[in-house]
Amino acid sequence: MTILAYLIPISLFLGGVGLVFFVYTVKSNQYDDPEGDARRILSDEYDDRPKQ
Amino acid sequence: MTASMRPTPSACPACAAAPAAEKLAEMQPHDPAQIALSLPTIHCSACITKIEKALDAHPQVKSARVNLTLKRASIEAEPEVTAQDMKELVEGLGFEAHELDAGTLNATANDRAGRELLMRLAVAGFASMNVMLLSVSVWSGAADATRDMFHWISAAIALPTIAFSGQPFFRSAWAALSNKQLNMDVPITLAILLAIVTSLWETSLSGEHAYFDAALALTFFLLAGRYLDHRTRAIARSAAEELTALEVPRATRLTDTGDEEIVNVAQLAVGDLILVRPGGRMPVDGGITQGTSEIDRSLLTGETLPVFASEGQAVSAGEVNLTGPLTIRATAVGADTSLHQMADLVAIAESGRSRYTSLADKAAKLYAPGVHILSALAFVGWYLYTFDLRTALNIAAAVLIITCPCALGLAVPAVTTAASGRLFRKGMLIKHETALERLAQVDTVVFDKTGTLTAGTPELTNLAQLPRADVELALALAQGSSHPLAQAITRAAREAGIAPAQVTDVTEVPGYGTKAQLNGQEVRLGRASWTGAQGRAETATFLQNGDAAPVAFVFADRLREGAAEAVQALKDAGKTVYLMSGDTTPAVEALANRLGITRWLAEALPADKSSRIQALTDEGAKVLMVGDGLNDTAALAAAHVSISPATALDAARVASDIVLLGGDLSPIASACATARSATRRIRENFRIATVYNVIAVPLAVAGLCSPLIAALAMSASSITVSLNALRLR
Repeated sequence: MTILAYLIPISLFLGGVGLVFFVYTVKSNQYDDPEGDARRILSDEYDDRPKQ
Repeated sequence: MTASMRPTPSACPACAAAPAAEKLAEMQPHDPAQIALSLPTIHCSACITKIEKALDAHPQVKSARVNLTLKRASIEAEPEVTAQDMKELVEGLGFEAHELDAGTLNATANDRAGRELLMRLAVAGFASMNVMLLSVSVWSGAADATRDMFHWISAAIALPTIAFSGQPFFRSAWAALSNKQLNMDVPITLAILLAIVTSLWETSLSGEHAYFDAALALTFFLLAGRYLDHRTRAIARSAAEELTALEVPRATRLTDTGDEEIVNVAQLAVGDLILVRPGGRMPVDGGITQGTSEIDRSLLTGETLPVFASEGQAVSAGEVNLTGPLTIRATAVGADTSLHQMADLVAIAESGRSRYTSLADKAAKLYAPGVHILSALAFVGWYLYTFDLRTALNIAAAVLIITCPCALGLAVPAVTTAASGRLFRKGMLIKHETALERLAQVDTVVFDKTGTLTAGTPELTNLAQLPRADVELALALAQGSSHPLAQAITRAAREAGIAPAQVTDVTEVPGYGTKAQLNGQEVRLGRASWTGAQGRAETATFLQNGDAAPVAFVFADRLREGAAEAVQALKDAGKTVYLMSGDTTPAVEALANRLGITRWLAEALPADKSSRIQALTDEGAKVLMVGDGLNDTAALAAAHVSISPATALDAARVASDIVLLGGDLSPIASACATARSATRRIRENFRIATVYNVIAVPLAVAGLCSPLIAALAMSASSITVSLNALRLR
């Protein structure tokens, strides 16, 4: 049962990493246009480099 | 058609069409321009690419991004670029575009409440997954010290999560309780807290059952419902604010020295002299002190025929000046204008609408007390039976958790999100939260005429009967004018491939018409009295060529796109269709016959319209009012549910529940169908949620409900309800 001492922290840590990433995506406005993002992926010519 | 082919009064042909833009162009501040455009017709990846590419190709545009969810483009550009340029660029690609006030939008850009909810949802999801993992180990046989340890870890995760994620429910429940009321959040809060307390107690006594996973899953599902609800409303709200951003509240004031200055409408005072250029809208009530023109009062009264205006005549805010510049002295400004007083009438009528109780509220009213009574009875019953506080409390908590309205909380938002999204894609914006449910009940539809069924732009109807020479002459006179009737002649003649006659000295006489010289003789195109003609009942303008009898050019209002289809589809769906207008009887009758509407009312005052709707309502009809003008606002507010086009006056849009974003009317009929099927889904969802409760509650009351059964019932009902919502079409 000592394996639990490793497994539980590992699972919590991995879950935590997922949560942190999610918070990052929210903070960087990635849910502002779900509809558009779903379509953009289909576009061949899409280029997200900003125009200089 | 190039500008050089004809004598244009303005250097910029587009500005002649929209003189407000000319003023606006001068007003642009000198920092990088943030331009926002509303694009109601975009719908696919090709639209996004096309618009973004075209905007990016513009040398002065720094960046452009299209948001398909909000149907909006945000553009960052050099200071000299105006929104009007961008609008024309996008319209050149074949998309409808409207300018938005970027300043108004920025205020709503950061949806803080939405983000907060999303964050709480994420934390609850994270915690419930972890705790579920531990709970599954317990359910599959972990015992003694291992089980206790798992329970304690679960508690360590659950307590901070509940404290953070449960706040929206706790706050709302507290607000309700401090008003001595019950809402849906009271049983939710009670269930979450009771589950946590009994689980902690059980854990500290090395008990077998802990409901940490249930408390967290409950929070997660309910937050999901909350978030969906919020998202739908936030989109609707921001789009509604966009529409108010469409109107630019500025006016040209004349100073004592006779200089013009452009000021905000809010700064105007009684006694100010205000210059209103052709195409401009009166910002205040007042009297004309200088100038002659014609004014279009259709938004206020529904009349299509422009009214002659000269010195001494009174004008009201909201009327549009058509031909000549007018100087008016303000007699009432701001909230005192007749425009605002009408809007106030709406606010009074509005209170009637709040009488409608939504399905969710009806369910909550039945549900909240029922759950508390059931849970209390279970507690008392088991306490009297066993005299064991711990068992009794455990069972009461189980009852609360099982009955907790996960599915009920998702039942309405999941469906309304799906339905509003569907309607938004068709170009309809649901502004009011119960609008869909009310729309589903509609059996009578009342249309306004001018600006709603008709586009408000006249169309020449007797071109075929007119001698070609007269049309050529009329075209020569009309093509330089911005008067709507002149423009209609120009449009019709050009479409028929007719070239203008050769005339000289074309001059526009504001308020009367246009005159010119043909072979040394004067020719006139304009009002009946000015051309020596007899006035007619229909909208008409007259051509006078020397001594010959004046020739009448007759006009009808052009039908709005989709108007015929919408009326036909509504009639096919078995709804009674009415036409009510402030316009003259012949004009209304003609339109009613054209669309096959048998019930119509002409020359109706605003009060007539609303009292007629009230009468229909008293007879038991559920009335849908579709209107755009100020004269419709009271009717819009009095109706069971109301729709206005995006081109409507601000006051009318505020009064209506649904706004049509595009120019097309045909979505109205399908919206009624969507609303009906959405309401059906909501009812189904309630039934599904009830069935789960009927099965699970006896188990809980009997004390047979383990945390495993609670988790299964909760997840299964929530998922079924969400899937059912997705079936909507």
